Order: sequence, then C-alpha cells, then structure tokens
Amino acid sequence: MSSNKIILSTSNLSIGYQSKKGNHTIAQNLNLTFEEGKLISLVGGNGIGKSTLLRTVTGIQKPLSGTVTLNEKDIHLYTTLDLAQNLSLVLTEKLPPSNLTVFELIALGRQPYTNWLGKLSTDDLEKINQAITLTHIEHLIDKKHHEISDGQLQIVLIARALAQDTPLIILDEPTTHLDLFHKVSVFKLLKKLSQETNKCILFSTHDIDLAIQLSDEMIVMTENSVEQDQPCNLITKGIFNTLFKDSSITFDGEKGKFVVS
Amino acid sequence: MKNRNTIIFSSLSLLLLLTLLLNISMGQVAIPMKEVFRSLFGGHASKETWEYIIVNFRLPKAITAILVGIGLSISGLLMQTLFRNPLAGPYVLGLSSGSSLGVAFVILGAGFLPAVFSQFLLSSYGIILASCIGSLLVLLMILIVSQRLRDTMSILIVGLMFSSFTSAIVSVFTYFSSAEQLQKYTFWSMGSIGNLSWQNISILAVAVFIGLGFSLLSLKPLDTLLLGENYAKSMGLNIKKARYIIIFATSILAGSITAFAGPIAFIGLAVPHLGKLLFQTSNHKVLYFATLLIGAVIMLFCDMISQMPGFDFTLPINAITSIIGAPVVIWLIVRKKSIQ
Repeated sequence: MSSNKIILSTSNLSIGYQSKKGNHTIAQNLNLTFEEGKLISLVGGNGIGKSTLLRTVTGIQKPLSGTVTLNEKDIHLYTTLDLAQNLSLVLTEKLPPSNLTVFELIALGRQPYTNWLGKLSTDDLEKINQAITLTHIEHLIDKKHHEISDGQLQIVLIARALAQDTPLIILDEPTTHLDLFHKVSVFKLLKKLSQETNKCILFSTHDIDLAIQLSDEMIVMTENSVEQDQPCNLITKGIFNTLFKDSSITFDGEKGKFVVS
Repeated sequence: MKNRNTIIFSSLSLLLLLTLLLNISMGQVAIPMKEVFRSLFGGHASKETWEYIIVNFRLPKAITAILVGIGLSISGLLMQTLFRNPLAGPYVLGLSSGSSLGVAFVILGAGFLPAVFSQFLLSSYGIILASCIGSLLVLLMILIVSQRLRDTMSILIVGLMFSSFTSAIVSVFTYFSSAEQLQKYTFWSMGSIGNLSWQNISILAVAVFIGLGFSLLSLKPLDTLLLGENYAKSMGLNIKKARYIIIFATSILAGSITAFAGPIAFIGLAVPHLGKLLFQTSNHKVLYFATLLIGAVIMLFCDMISQMPGFDFTLPINAITSIIGAPVVIWLIVRKKSIQ
C-alpha cells in the first residue's frame, strides 16, 4: 500500500480477559498495522472493547494470544523506561489536583530522559519548546493546569505527549466532553502533527463523522469483526451500517454521516 | 517566579535562624540573646550556668525540635502526593498510632518476656525499632488496602480505622500493666522533645537523615505521580519501586521521630500545605526545601509556646501542635483552592 515504516503491528492478536471460569474473548485474529505519519482512529459502540484493544496494544494488558510488535520488538519485552521512549499516551482520566503549571506539565513528558533529579537539559528544553510551538499554546504556559478550559487542557496533554518524543502517540477518546469547535481543533491538530512530525497517532473516538473526514485510516470494531482500512473504502464496504445494533441508525454514504430514520 | 522563590527561601532561612536563637534564649531561665549568640559560636557566656543550660538542655532540645519538624513535614509531603490526598499525613493515616502500638507493646508488654529480651527492648534502640516496625506495618496495610480501593477517601477512612484499632489494642495493654509502666507510656504518648541525650539525638539524626536521603531520591517520581499513576507508568516510572522507596522513607521518618518524641500531631499534615500555599507550586524540588524550613520553624515555635517564659512548667508538645495545627488545617480546607 505504501512504503511507510511500520511502528506497531499485531499478529493474530486475541484480546479479552482471563478469569477463573475461562477466557472471555472480545476480539480475535487481529492483524493491524500502524505506520509512521498516519492518523488512525478507532471507532466502535460503547462496551465493544475499544479500551481493551488500546490497553493491549499499549502493553498494559497481556493479549490472550498473538503478539504486539513495537519497532520490531515484542511490546512485553520492553522495560517501562524503554517503552516510555517509544510510546506516549493521552488518557481520559482526570488529573489529580495540583499546582502544576502548563509548562511544568509538558516538561514532565521529558521524564524518561532526565536524570535522577529530573533536571532538564538544553535538549529537553528544546523538545518542550518544540511541543509548545507545534500546539500553539505559548500564551498558556505560565497558567496553572486547573485554570485553563477542558479544551485547552486536552491540547496541553497532547503537547506533553509530543514532548515525550515517541514515534507513536495513543490517545483515549481525546474529544469527549468538548464542544464541536474544540473537537474539530483537536482533530485538526492531530492531523497536522501526524503530517509534520511523521509520528503515528492512534486515537479512539465516538465522533465518527469527523473521524471519517480527517483520519488516514480507521479501525472499526463491531461485534463480529474488526476492520482496518481507509475511510472511503470502509464506506464502500458498508461497514458503518453494522456499527450499531439499532436498525433505525443507518449510514448515508453520500453525505458521510449517520441518519436516524 | 524564580526571584520570588529566592526571596521566600532567604526569608525563611533567616526566620529559622531567628526562631532558633529565640528558642534557645527563652525558657524558665531567660538568657539574653547576646549570650546565646556568644556561646553558640565558640565563645563563653558570662555566666557558667547559662552556658551549662544552653549546651546540656536548650541546644539539644532545639536540635530535636528541628529534626522532628523536618522529618514529620517531609513524611507528610511524601504521603500527600503518594496517596493523592491533601489530608494524608503520618498522624491521620495511623502511622503514629502504629508507632504507639509498637512502643506500647514494648513498654507495657516487656514484662511478659524473659529479662534478656526486655532489657534490649526497653533500651532506646528497642523502642525505636518497635516504633519503626509499628509504623511500617500500618503503612503497608494501608498500601495493600489502597490498591484494592481506588477511592482515596476510603483509604483515609481505613487509616482512621487503623488508628482506632491500634488505640483499642493499646487500651487492652494498659489494662493489664502496672502503674509504673503506664506512667512511662503516658509520658511518652504526650510527646516530649526535651529530654533527649546527645547520644539519642545522634541516633535520631542518623535516622532522619537516612529518611531525608531516600525522600530526595523520590523527588522525581513524586513529580511524575502528580499526573496520576497511569500517566506516571507511561512516562517510564517504576511505580512499585518508587512506592517502596517513599514508604520506606516515610516510615523511617515517622517511626524514629515518634519513638523519641512521642506521637506529634498535625505537623506532618499542615506544614506541606503551608509550603504549597507560600510557594504556589507542586514542584517537589521546591516543596522539599520549603517543607524542610517551615517544618523546623514551626516546631521550634511550638516548643517555645510549650514552655512560655514566666511559667515554671512545660506543656506537652503534642497538645501545642494540635492547638496550632487543627485550626490551620480547618482554615486550609475552608480556603479549598489552596489545598491542592
């Protein structure tokens, strides 16, 4: 398809939970590839297993079978520190209360590279400033992180991940709780970052219509299948009609959005 | 911002020096500041009794106060970040009660053991050991519980329950012990920083410095933990290791101090908040030194109040820290915003 370098791939991956009663498989035989410079979105209904998939490809959760390969090495062979230099995360969880400024928060992204006291070198400062410039948040850096809006905080968290300087960034529902304007600006920022920094950016979302317009590739999770392809191909295949169980929600391929009949 | 910090730090250091001198000069026998200055910096005071009082009573007490203030405050700072809870502290989470249980076990229970053991246990080493083990056990239990409970509020409640549980066991011990043992324990539990020999102080100093050293090692992990454990892990932090270091540091600090000075309330809870309020930051490198200085100043100050000039008795230090600390904490909570 293209000659881009593959950052992360899965082979015959089965995801799910192990329990005493036996394995509960959520999805199996997943062969996904994440290439550099691509913006990839992960969509699927609530409870379909998006989080489990993200937890498995980030190495937090062990797969039931199959492997996740990051930069040609099994993700479970990485030490926490090595992994932090290859993969950064933006999570949905609320930050604990603190007096961290925006600059300090972004600077924490350099933790995998700093010494035992966390002293920032000139190289670290350069990477931090790059992240700030790329995300256009120069005006925020001296504010406390609890003083800025949710939309701004989301962008600051993306800047933190950028400062971590990893080839792969994974975001868990970065646009939830945001209004349309901020949703669009986060999506456009991610698009720009994937193009300008050549990083691979994977994110899960419920804003399917926006994801269709802006992602390079999409992974669509339904109960029976997990498909990875370019959005236009997925539309042609009619995948989006199978996304929700309710037959009154249909996908209008021409308009590129969902219709309730 | 940098300038502001330098100014606050210098004023705090000056304040520390001032309270130190004031602390030494005040007491049942008032010694003029000039004389304090002279005998501290190599000279001789004009009255031999003054010099004797300073070297054998005032100075050891002041140093103990500084060690206690520093140690408890730092352990509070570590716990507040580790538990992501502004109300965490060695006293609230039951560490001090754990120490009390250990000491009660030794002082009140030593009679049941063969003489060889009881002699060792009742020595200052034995009491420190018992106190450290007591606080370590409570901290470990809280940690185990905190891994099952994500909600920090419940962890705090569990800590309080541990407190009541250990005090109940101490009551059972006291019921079966002699009046002499009981008196010894009661005096210990009221807290005192006044009667430590130079030898005891050096043991305490070593323990506190070990604790401070390990706290220094955990400054970077603590900064990382400000974003929560999941982010910390994604930034390469070995959470388990960091947690063990922090726990070891807090229990050696809280344990050794409680062993020598008795359970002293509120310092560990209130001082880190004063530091955060004063410096308006969460950066642990700044907070570490801020907490250190403020802790020392406050403890010296509480000690001065406990033996106000003009009175020929000394109030228990534990009462003073609570009388000062409780309103401070209430004020902090009412001002909610600053309790971050």
